[in-house]
Amino acid sequence: MPDPMSAETQLQSAPAAATLAVPAAAEGEHTHALANIWTITKRELTGYFASPVAYVFIVIFLLLSGFFTFNVGRFFLRGEASLASFFLWHPWLYLFLVPAVGMRLWSEERRLGTIELLLTLPVTAWQAIVGKFMASWIFLGLALALTFPLVFTVAYLGDPDMGMIFCGYLGSFLMAGAYLSIGSMTSAMTRNQVVSFIISVVACLVLIMAGWPPITDELTWAPPWLVETVAAFSVMPHFEGFQRGVIDSRDVFYFLAVIVFSLFTTGVILRGHRAG
Amino acid sequence: MIKVSNLVKAFGPKLAVNDVSFTVERGEVLGFLGPNGAGKSTTMRMITGFIPPTAGRVAVGGHDLAEHPIPAKRLLGYLPENAPAYTDMTVHGFLTFVAELRGLRGGARKKAVYRAIEMCFLDAVVHQSVDTLSKGYRHRTCFAQSILHDPPVLILDEPTDGLDPNQKHEVRTLIRRMGQNKVIVFSTHILEEVDAACTRAIIIDRGKIVANGTPQELRQRSELAGAVALRVVGVPSATLTQKLRELPTVKRTLVLSEEPNATQVRVYPPSRLRDGELSASLFELALREHWKLSELKTEEGRLDEVFRSITLPDTTRGAKDDARPHER
Repeated sequence: MPDPMSAETQLQSAPAAATLAVPAAAEGEHTHALANIWTITKRELTGYFASPVAYVFIVIFLLLSGFFTFNVGRFFLRGEASLASFFLWHPWLYLFLVPAVGMRLWSEERRLGTIELLLTLPVTAWQAIVGKFMASWIFLGLALALTFPLVFTVAYLGDPDMGMIFCGYLGSFLMAGAYLSIGSMTSAMTRNQVVSFIISVVACLVLIMAGWPPITDELTWAPPWLVETVAAFSVMPHFEGFQRGVIDSRDVFYFLAVIVFSLFTTGVILRGHRAG
Repeated sequence: MIKVSNLVKAFGPKLAVNDVSFTVERGEVLGFLGPNGAGKSTTMRMITGFIPPTAGRVAVGGHDLAEHPIPAKRLLGYLPENAPAYTDMTVHGFLTFVAELRGLRGGARKKAVYRAIEMCFLDAVVHQSVDTLSKGYRHRTCFAQSILHDPPVLILDEPTDGLDPNQKHEVRTLIRRMGQNKVIVFSTHILEEVDAACTRAIIIDRGKIVANGTPQELRQRSELAGAVALRVVGVPSATLTQKLRELPTVKRTLVLSEEPNATQVRVYPPSRLRDGELSASLFELALREHWKLSELKTEEGRLDEVFRSITLPDTTRGAKDDARPHER
């Protein structure tokens, strides 16, 4: 049995394979962090496309957005070259579809037990959280990008305001991220995906309806500043700006704040579970 | 390499791990024994940094798990209980993913994955998806993941669980071989594994360490250690046991079997008797009494007996003693 001193020296001068396992700190923790996040994102994305989940989701998303835009939103009867009838439905479309993507983020890790593997690798919890979130966000972005034929359609039929369309897409993408981060949070709470889905739908619904009169009317007892605060949490007014073609930094900040807050809470919940 | 000091883990009011301290150095293979729910997995999860301890510290290679988890985790390879793996990946994809997170790149990564596949005999299933694997293969896939980066410290939670006897043997051989220049801690409830692979064993019960020593030392703690079994022809068992108990070197006797013309007795020495003293005195007695001694054997301790005697609740132990046959 070697004494601790020689064990330490052996460790320092270990042969190639062992040295690789303990990369020099000089390499920089930031590159490590980014590399780790990207590795996790890549794995998650590959995971989506290895299962039917991705294809089913994309097909349903495209069918539903087409149905709402043309049949319900009366795209052709509007007589305007814009995607207003397309973006109008996104808060509601995402209400069910985004939690379906988010529900497996952490529930699946906990159910399979792979969370124990992932968090005992030299990866911090936040790298894992961000990596997994980015993967599903990129996936949603891809689904959204696949609606591009709509853009060509309006461009063919008329002379749309491309800036407005871009804003719509940007707002829609940010909103998807906000919903998704809530899904990440609820999926960290439980190993049951159905429970995660339902809680996340309800949470997103609250976020949509927070500024809606039936809700604010319930708060007649509350001081006006509280009513305004609750109403300010709604996604609707923040998304409306983007639909009108306005990028307001406060709206962008709102969505990013929801994402950061939810991901931070995901971390707190995961740590709570591990602490027992 | 691993230093665990005063580790405590409470789940609500229940103490899963209660003041556990030990150190493991390079070249040691430490077997972690204990009944189910004794706190083995919880301790290992704290060593690997998966769950934070309620109190106490863990240091791996001088890095405190609470303060510098990342450098500590780099030194560790970990096989969790039930060998989890991403079911939607292929074996190769899974190992590549882990290798990448281990900081291995390019050629080094390819080599590490290839080596782990070879060492764990996974060649046949490299491109198979994990969820189509049999339990043994899935287990070895997760095991391969833990040795990818050739870590100086390996923590294995029930590495032979769910394997067939041949695979069990392979894994034990692998552990023994790697244990020569690594620190290995593995948990098991199969006692023969302790003899097969460990240089030291810790028995943990209800969150506390109840024994810590080499398998040889633990065996010494057995009541059986140092006892002598003898078979005498043509002497009635009553006379035999009476004579035996008159000896100062005999604490108690236990008749093992009574055949028509032979009796087999085990005699227990009082504690702290020199090696061979008991058997010598028994020889003398047999000579004096002209007994026909057909067998005389000094017993080694048995690990399962030690394990049972120190991990069973006291009440059950009393009941079991009463039930022993022919106790004189």
